[in-house]
Amino acid sequence: MRMKRMAAIAAVAGLAVAMAACGGDSDEGGSGTGASGIVGKAENQKKLVIGVKADQPGLGLQTGSQYEGFDIELAKIIAKGLGVEEGNIEWKTTVSANREPFIEQGTVDLVLATYTINDERKQKVGFAGPYYLAGQDLLVRADSDITGPESLEGKTVCSATGSTPAKRIQEDYPKARLQQFDAYSKCLPLLENGQVDAVTTDDIILAGYAAQDQYAGKFKVVGKTFSDEPYGIGISKNDTAGCEKVNEILKAAAEDGSYKAAWDATLGKSGTPAPELDTTKLTHCGAA
Amino acid sequence: MSTSNVLYDHPGPRAKVRNAVLSVLFGIALLGLLYWIYTKFDQANQWEPRLWEPFTRSTTWTQFILPGLWATLKAAGVGMVLSLAFGIVFAFGRLSDRWWISVPAGVVVEFFRAVPLLLMIFFIFYGVPFLIKGPVTAFWAVVIGLTLYNGSVLAEAFRAGIRAVPGGQSEAAYAVGMRKNQVMRLILLPQAARAMLPIIVSQLVVLLKDTALGYIVAYPELLQRGVNDLAANYGNIIAAAMVIAVIYIVLNSLLTWFAGWLDRRTRVRAFRMPRQTGPVAAADATPGGDGTAVEPQG
Amino acid sequence: MHVFTDPDNFDAYVSGFLWILKLTGASAVCALVIGVLLAAMRVSPVPVLRGFGAAWVNIFRNTPLTLVIFFCYFGLYATLGLSLSQDLDLNIYWLGVIGLSTYTAAFVCEAVRSGINTVPTGQAEAARAIGLSFAQTLRIVVLPQAARSVIAPLGSVLIALCKNATIVGTIGLLESSNIMKDLINSNGDAVIVIFLVFAGTFAALLIPTGYFFGWLANRLAVKR
Repeated sequence: MRMKRMAAIAAVAGLAVAMAACGGDSDEGGSGTGASGIVGKAENQKKLVIGVKADQPGLGLQTGSQYEGFDIELAKIIAKGLGVEEGNIEWKTTVSANREPFIEQGTVDLVLATYTINDERKQKVGFAGPYYLAGQDLLVRADSDITGPESLEGKTVCSATGSTPAKRIQEDYPKARLQQFDAYSKCLPLLENGQVDAVTTDDIILAGYAAQDQYAGKFKVVGKTFSDEPYGIGISKNDTAGCEKVNEILKAAAEDGSYKAAWDATLGKSGTPAPELDTTKLTHCGAA
Repeated sequence: MSTSNVLYDHPGPRAKVRNAVLSVLFGIALLGLLYWIYTKFDQANQWEPRLWEPFTRSTTWTQFILPGLWATLKAAGVGMVLSLAFGIVFAFGRLSDRWWISVPAGVVVEFFRAVPLLLMIFFIFYGVPFLIKGPVTAFWAVVIGLTLYNGSVLAEAFRAGIRAVPGGQSEAAYAVGMRKNQVMRLILLPQAARAMLPIIVSQLVVLLKDTALGYIVAYPELLQRGVNDLAANYGNIIAAAMVIAVIYIVLNSLLTWFAGWLDRRTRVRAFRMPRQTGPVAAADATPGGDGTAVEPQG
Repeated sequence: MHVFTDPDNFDAYVSGFLWILKLTGASAVCALVIGVLLAAMRVSPVPVLRGFGAAWVNIFRNTPLTLVIFFCYFGLYATLGLSLSQDLDLNIYWLGVIGLSTYTAAFVCEAVRSGINTVPTGQAEAARAIGLSFAQTLRIVVLPQAARSVIAPLGSVLIALCKNATIVGTIGLLESSNIMKDLINSNGDAVIVIFLVFAGTFAALLIPTGYFFGWLANRLAVKR
């Protein structure tokens, strides 16, 4: 008796694991009208799963059950352009390390998560955009004398473990002392206390932290970027049509002012004027 | 042996004075240390009301801490059930008379006991999808990781427990005509489980704590939601970590207390475990003792 | 295997495991010392000491190690200003050792205490009868006998400690779990090989350790 029950439990457990493991596949097959990829999914199912950051104020910050930030607003514009209502977007928290796997495995349809377009990533996933040109910069205390990466010698710089900004510091500015954490939010109290002298990542992310209420007036972004980080919208590598459609939506958003509105409602709140979206630089989706 | 009253004599007048002096000195030193820590935190402005004020708002609890707590409990609950099942299956597997069952079962148990959970969860999340050609959710990555590791530890605990049941029990069972399967299931396992209860429970506490490693695959558990995400909103990471630590301590103490209560309630005259069993034996379970866990694998 | 033929990657792999071994070594010694002291406190005649030992065990056994390590960095270092080395990595390393030791000491304490429980009552009674004090009873009579029976549980604690050392990665030490993450991020096609190498190294270190402690425990077991 008990053995049977145990076997049943094990079987159920196995089944649950198998189901959880295979659950993602069924979503993609439902293309009735012939269109596949995200365009088809948006048309047929009227919903999208979008991967965003959860811990970056101004860009993608989870405030309870809601997400807010520039990436989020832009994602809403794109979803609308694809015919998906705001309420039918499923937000999925992603961290830097799981963006490619999430796209490759179909866990998410799109990724807007401070996602830099580069060649290494292009081998695994497709990119629409760029929708913003960021660059690596430094966040320092308001009274700091650090003027750029050259003046980091002997200073402690904080960044995320294994991230591109951290690697760039290691390779190009080896005289800086590098402290790494799993989340940028751990760097900020240390910057405030003086344990680290600078936090480094993309300028737009740093600006988001600097604009937070609790740090108002304490930090400044140095404003001298030392890399180009064109932010793209991650999409399945084979979904050329979807990528082109997203680019079209971006173009329209730049023209009708909704891009600027998204900026003003989030990162623009600190007074930074909206950047001009250069629609001539959008990726050529198929030609990767 | 109940330690507290056998190792030293009933204190006489001089011993009483000495103990009192030691108590006071140690107590003062301890309080001094705590006060120093308090002032240092004060100097660093860690007691500033704005850092703690978010915890008086109900939204902080309903949007960050409670969902995180729920995710932790969900992963821990499913993980506990699955690891107990895994433990029982593999304990029997290792004790099987058939080498083609016992050897693979042994290899599996030894392997998963030796691999750090952090690596395991990370691999299940990022590596296994390549093998099964489909995504693994963060939840299942955490649960499966917890199951493989804690299940293996529990398998060893069960095995040690089963081997420690007095031989007469199984001999008697065989004598009344039971098959090996029945002897294991009806005679040995129930006794072993009761004798090993303290170890099982401390392993379940370990399991509950280890859900915190879910951060590596962004599973939104208590530590992720209550410390990282909450601090991203309010900039109060140290305060948040203190609150979350207290929640963990209360949670695990409740689990331990519940196990102790269960142990006292269900105890029949349990046999006393002999001293050594197995290669990396779970050695000294003392069901008659104070319920202390003996093979913690934090 | 192409991942590990790249000398950079291989060096990273070696340095990751060196950190793990160094963390394990230093923390094992500290945890053993603290753990035995705590066990002595927990069975001592002084109530405050007993309370302190019990509080230590209950706090550290019930807090996730991730949080303990977090407090070592953000509490001890960032707030209390305890800086253990000018070198950034070494500072994190020592903070990690403190975290691992305090956490593991709680488990050592409980193992030793249950070891003390296996020493027959008569031993301590006899020791007291010939006039030994509490410290003498513990040091000369009880602990040496308890030591033999705690070898197996302490072996398990050591193995757990070695694996737990990976958690120091959360405060920025580039130990093996961070190295593995890094290698997987940049070599997505070789995920399985990378995992098997790292997991295999841990298994190769720890499974023999487990058998060694089992063998030692059986050899030194007191037959009663």
